[in-house]
Amino acid sequence: MTAGEKKEYWRWQENCWIDESKNWRDAKIVTAGIDVGSVSSQAVICVDGELYGFNSMRTGNNSPDSARNAINGVLEKSGMKLEDVTYVIGTGYGRVNVPFAHKAITEIACHARGANYMGGNTIRTILDMGGQDCKAIHCDEKGKVTNFLMNDKCAAGTGRGMEVIADLMQIPIAELGPRSFEVDEEPEAVSSTCVVFAKSEALGLLKAGYSKNKVIAAYCQAMAERVVSLIERIGVENDFFITGGIAKNPGVVKRIEKLLGTKAAETKYDSQIAGALGAALFGYTLMQKQGASAKAA
Amino acid sequence: MIANYGYKDGSGEYYISIDTDKCTSCTAGRACLTGCPKGMFEIITDDYDDEVAAVKQSFRRTLAFDCTGCKPAGGYSSLPCMTACTPGAIKHSW
Repeated sequence: MTAGEKKEYWRWQENCWIDESKNWRDAKIVTAGIDVGSVSSQAVICVDGELYGFNSMRTGNNSPDSARNAINGVLEKSGMKLEDVTYVIGTGYGRVNVPFAHKAITEIACHARGANYMGGNTIRTILDMGGQDCKAIHCDEKGKVTNFLMNDKCAAGTGRGMEVIADLMQIPIAELGPRSFEVDEEPEAVSSTCVVFAKSEALGLLKAGYSKNKVIAAYCQAMAERVVSLIERIGVENDFFITGGIAKNPGVVKRIEKLLGTKAAETKYDSQIAGALGAALFGYTLMQKQGASAKAA
Repeated sequence: MIANYGYKDGSGEYYISIDTDKCTSCTAGRACLTGCPKGMFEIITDDYDDEVAAVKQSFRRTLAFDCTGCKPAGGYSSLPCMTACTPGAIKHSW
């Protein structure tokens, strides 16, 4: 970083991974899910209905390029070409702008399906804390949505809100969660109705002598209260699962668990890929159905 | 599926819930489409290929204002959308 260059505290870790133990060339059906969100974009490749690889990166200034960049990352790493992918499904905020997608499915259905894979078929309640919206979803044992609620009117309770606080505090976003626990006592939550108000309130608290950690704790608590009020509208049925980037922030997750009185199911997968993974799995099911109809014909 | 369209803001919670399982075998002839004076409802094909009612995207963030005319202060004793939907799929949270 050169002098005068602003450090981007909000910048989260982009991630590209493939499962080296699998060989996509052996697969009968290769499907991809592309989740173009308002803040991040993910591409997931599944081989015969199993996760093979993914790429998670920041969304650029246009959806088609973000979709291409996301899929290209995982294709390059696996030595695959787009033509090798049998079926592609677009999801997320930019789902209708994925130029190489065969179909678009809402992120609500895809997150439920992805969570069912990542957390197991006992998952019934999903909280997706996305970049600029938040969703509470109920699903059945197959990952089919039975009830959902979404709030995309403001950025409170979303990843973007956390990015704003990271920049304000000048603390890397990945450190916010752990640092929110380094306080003598839990502070009152800041405003949870609006990120702009929360930011003003956080500034006021800093001026009043609060430590940065205490302000972060107040913001994490506000975010937890915000999403809990959302999820309580549809009720919490165990098992409970959190998807989206905020699932990586223990400062928010632990506070949500405390407010709800239940623990979120853990997963070995990256919580940000749930939507794209669900889309790729939908693609696999569609291909299986098409194959079955073709055989029947 | 229960689909909740709306939002929560500083002034309250405003959600229209639609029980889409009741839409798939609608016995009211899609009366929601004409029952709402503002034409806020539409029929969509959902992610599971069912034809169901939904609140149009353009109204989802302004329900508190859009529905005001049909609330008791607007002269209605019951909501036109709920009255039109005889299977009882539509509910308001406020």
